[in-house]
Amino acid sequence: MITINHATKRYGSRSVVNDVSLSIGEGTLTTLIGANGAGKSTLLSLVGRLLEGEGEFLLEGKRIDRYPSTELAKRLSMLRQSNHITVRLTVAELVGFGRFPYSRSRLTAADRRIVSEAIEAMDLTNLSGKYLDQLSGGERQRASIAMIIAQDTKYILLDEPLNNLDMAHSVHIMKLLRTLVDERGKTVILVLHDINFASCYSDAIIAMKDGTLVYHAPTDDVITPDALQQIYGMEIPVCEHRGRRFCLYHL
Amino acid sequence: MQPRHTLTILVILVALSAALFLFYQLPGGAVAYILERRAIKLAALIVTAVAIAISTSIFQTVSGNRILTPSILGLDTLYLLVQTLLMFLLGAKSLAMMGRISDFLLSVAVMIVFSLALFSLLFGKHTMPLTMVLFLGMVFGQLFGALASFFQLLIDPNEFLTVQARMFASFNSVNTALLFSSSVIVAAIACALVFFLDILDVLSLGRESAITLGVDHRRASRLFLIIVAILTAIATALVGPVTFLGLLVVSLARQIAPTYRHSIILPTSCLLSMLFLIVGQLLFERIFHFNTPISIIINFAGGIYLLSHLILRGTV
Repeated sequence: MITINHATKRYGSRSVVNDVSLSIGEGTLTTLIGANGAGKSTLLSLVGRLLEGEGEFLLEGKRIDRYPSTELAKRLSMLRQSNHITVRLTVAELVGFGRFPYSRSRLTAADRRIVSEAIEAMDLTNLSGKYLDQLSGGERQRASIAMIIAQDTKYILLDEPLNNLDMAHSVHIMKLLRTLVDERGKTVILVLHDINFASCYSDAIIAMKDGTLVYHAPTDDVITPDALQQIYGMEIPVCEHRGRRFCLYHL
Repeated sequence: MQPRHTLTILVILVALSAALFLFYQLPGGAVAYILERRAIKLAALIVTAVAIAISTSIFQTVSGNRILTPSILGLDTLYLLVQTLLMFLLGAKSLAMMGRISDFLLSVAVMIVFSLALFSLLFGKHTMPLTMVLFLGMVFGQLFGALASFFQLLIDPNEFLTVQARMFASFNSVNTALLFSSSVIVAAIACALVFFLDILDVLSLGRESAITLGVDHRRASRLFLIIVAILTAIATALVGPVTFLGLLVVSLARQIAPTYRHSIILPTSCLLSMLFLIVGQLLFERIFHFNTPISIIINFAGGIYLLSHLILRGTV
């Protein structure tokens, strides 16, 4: 369980996240949605301790900043929006870093197995020996996700994991995340811009607007024209297809 | 080429150049004395080479920038300012009485205190971004340089000559006691670093990935920056400003060993650095019989290498 109490992040006088309190249960897939600048990434970074802010952040009842760094890295991992890596690194080497919290740089046979499974899960087996700077943006993004999967934490935070990805890989990754939640009991929290992916795959949706929490509810309660109007300030028709709700906002 | 082979070749080259440095053109008489002098000089070259190579590569990793050297912290010019001020306040005679050791300790202390003050901005209550702190270091460096030149105008011309000799790295008058204590410190740091090599690897992925992988980024960067400051201060106080050498050898090391692993980059840089200094000094003293300090040729060759690299390849 992740609990956030009165999270606030200010830059100068502007609050990007303003007094947000919520808690997210184990074994769920929760999506953060909202317009640009709503504070989604900032909230996620505060939980992932990449940013310091006000408020209390609890992981299984214990304050996140009270965990020793390595212990926390075995429970909580986070993928950032722009993973800009300047060093020369192959895909396999990057994914191998996911095992750092457990074995530092001395990977065991079990670590290597987990690494190659993660590479395979991200459809990168053919590219595993390639250097990151030889890859496309989407392939790099998948390599970063593979590292997070290799880290094998119970809680996984992903900031726009579908950035740069084509449709097939996007669907593949969302299905994989769903499997991680359903079969391996992981708790996944992610920021998505494609609201239809949010609608099809999440258990719950957190909607933010101007730094405040607007909705935290089961998916079907948020994917309604009224709620979407309030979140995005535009008219979004919702239709159903094979029992799922889809938003048609393109016109 | 395998990194291991590269390292073996470099070790052989360094050993050859060291042997050449010791035994080439050995005059007939006073062999023991000359060998001793040369051995001391060789040790000074090696200690400096290691300190500069390690501090530059760690600094580049922590700052996430491959064209920086610790000289941006302003330590070189601070050293010159300390030397100039000592001369200005005490005069050549008292300075000579004060001795090299107190002079060395004072310079190292001032440089480390200044770096710690600079880093406290980075890790104190009001955290400042690293680029800002480096910028401040650069501005202070300029200020120290300007102040040093100002005081150099005021001192006696003879005393100025003494100060001027310290403005360029020189291995000709290295104090044995200082050399011994410096090598102990540099060796201790190098040994301690063996346990932190993989943490450096994670740091090179950037702040966010490092935190996610469980490295306490603040503590780790502070520790490494302090190590950088100590190594730079020691090398500078021992032989004079040579930080440009670091940029050159680390950049070359990354060329011949293209890996993120510090367990390879650090030894490669150190060996290259030794090779450059030993061969450079050898050519200088015994082939060309120049009396100019070696740092001039390092800066000249290094500048040409980096410029050509930037222009031809567009990267460093």
